Amino acid sequence: MYAGENLKEKAAKAVEKRAMIGPDVDLTEFETAPVDHAYLTDEQLRNLPAVEQERLVMSGVDVFERERGGTYFQKDTAVVHCKTKQEGVEIIPIRTALEKDDWIHDYYWKLASVDLDKYTASAEINLHNGYVIRALPGARSIYPIQACLYLDKQGIQQNVHNIIIAEEDSELHVITGCATSPHLTRGVHIGISEFYVKKNAKLSFTMIHNWAEDMVVRPRSVAQVEEGGLFVNNYISMKPVRTLQMYPTTHLVGENAVARLYSIVVGSPGSEYDVGGRVYLKKPGTRAEIVARTISNGGRIISRGHLIGEVPEIKAHLECKGLLLNGGLIYAVPELEGHADGVEMSHEAAVGKIAQDEIFYLMSRGLSEEEATSTIVRGFLSVDIPGLPPQLKAEIDRAVEMSEKDVM
Amino acid sequence: MLVVEDLQVELAGKTILKHIDLEIKPGETHVLFGPNGSGKTSLLMTLMGYPQYKVVGGKILFKGLDITHSPINERARLGIGMSYQRPPTIHGLKTRQMVQICAGNRPDLKVEDLAQDVHFTDFLERDVNAGFSGGEIKRSELLQLMAQDADLLLFDEPESGVDLENIALVGNTIARLLQKNGDDLGGRTRLQYKLERTKMGLIITHTGYILDYVPVDKGQVLFDGVLSCSTNPREIFRCISEVGYEECVRCTLEKT
Repeated sequence: MYAGENLKEKAAKAVEKRAMIGPDVDLTEFETAPVDHAYLTDEQLRNLPAVEQERLVMSGVDVFERERGGTYFQKDTAVVHCKTKQEGVEIIPIRTALEKDDWIHDYYWKLASVDLDKYTASAEINLHNGYVIRALPGARSIYPIQACLYLDKQGIQQNVHNIIIAEEDSELHVITGCATSPHLTRGVHIGISEFYVKKNAKLSFTMIHNWAEDMVVRPRSVAQVEEGGLFVNNYISMKPVRTLQMYPTTHLVGENAVARLYSIVVGSPGSEYDVGGRVYLKKPGTRAEIVARTISNGGRIISRGHLIGEVPEIKAHLECKGLLLNGGLIYAVPELEGHADGVEMSHEAAVGKIAQDEIFYLMSRGLSEEEATSTIVRGFLSVDIPGLPPQLKAEIDRAVEMSEKDVM
Repeated sequence: MLVVEDLQVELAGKTILKHIDLEIKPGETHVLFGPNGSGKTSLLMTLMGYPQYKVVGGKILFKGLDITHSPINERARLGIGMSYQRPPTIHGLKTRQMVQICAGNRPDLKVEDLAQDVHFTDFLERDVNAGFSGGEIKRSELLQLMAQDADLLLFDEPESGVDLENIALVGNTIARLLQKNGDDLGGRTRLQYKLERTKMGLIITHTGYILDYVPVDKGQVLFDGVLSCSTNPREIFRCISEVGYEECVRCTLEKT
């Protein structure tokens, strides 16, 4: 017997439960009924209309699957493409896994709580689909696996649940994009993600969001990293969105486990972001780093970070930098919590405008004021991420570059 | 040629340069002495065009153009370059990119070769000025000026913070930038070399070390916002070392 019934019961009790933070959203205004889309063959995937391809490319998804180890592509509620090219890496739609694979029940809702709030509850009650990506023990993914969660139908609420497992000694890189059709303006995306990084495994997860102006986004993610494991989580969101709130949590449960969380968020007028990262350091030798770069050109951004050192001999650093380019709000909330002697925790937070002397310095090397400003912004957004394959680094650079016009 | 006529400058409402007349002809390098707070850096920043240094009187002519109120980047494009004493750090911008910016992204620029000249190859992938020591900043600034190939070079204490090992490197690089390294005449006679020299320089120095490497044409003493003496730089330097700025200035005032 699985706890399936039990989960549904717990979820039912939480359907009205507001989230701890972030503006409340009335989910009854959105449509959760399944939307059919035909499965795409490789050929059809490559021949998607140019406008759609462009949206996918911006989210790091290559329809030609060049330098990609596999693809998961979900449109609204339907899986339209799913395959792996990489030996030792499985990609399974989660509903298929829940039906066929017993082992999935050791992971499903084991880190995230189904009754956390109305969003987690809704994702259980009306689960559309989502991906399970699993690197078998010792498997090394050469190229990243790409995943895309795409919204096409106006007014839809998309509920996905993803589980990513890097088994012992494996190495897995995932790039996942969320995007909307050019015609879609309004919708909800709820994404539950549970990450399992096992002993000495390495997982990098790069998420690029490209939402629409009236989108509501509520990701709920929890990661667990075992002894000697490495979890690198990159997040980029530079397009307008109505409200996006998330506070992904990582538990470092094995000695010498490492978590690195990097995020780049740009808030345009009308957008409201409440984003952050939280890491629990539970064993000696664990290390965590959170680096957040936010730019507001008129939007509201709350940038949180929370490090909790529970035992001695842990090391954690939080860096929270915000740039106000054109009004708006950046509210940086860095929190450090040391529970034992011998923790080493620090943070640096800064919010401000571009320093004049930096602009003048560049102007004295021949750049116009505008060129100098964009050079500084580009530098601000360029974060060195250790352990990231070059293709993913290039994807991040490209996402930043493509969005630059909107920033300035 | 740089011509400064009766220049008066305010910073945050306070007069900092009272009356400056200065002329630097093509091929000439001047050195600027003066006690702390006398306005040396202010003069350089004003010439470079920093808007907080407000010109309230007089004018600045460069290559025959009135640039008194031109923005910084226009002056840079006209050929004015500056080596800063404490330049800001620019996070996320690599030194290599900065050198390319200085060269106006010329495709033929050999960044490595230039960097090698100032022993700076290892720093090309580092963010501009991030965690650089005093001496490293100076070498970075010189590298940028080499790429920029300016005609009027302003140096704000180029030898401060430079260790003894690197002082010759810095000194000789400045001499080369100002076409004053007498060792490499490129097959020309010394007279030809002198006549062909076009670069102009204005160097702020406290220690005078730079005089050992760069043959300077003129020394200027800035005291209390006024250029008070203009003569042989070695003589001025010796005079200041022996009797101090005040005496040195008094002598000039008495003469006039």
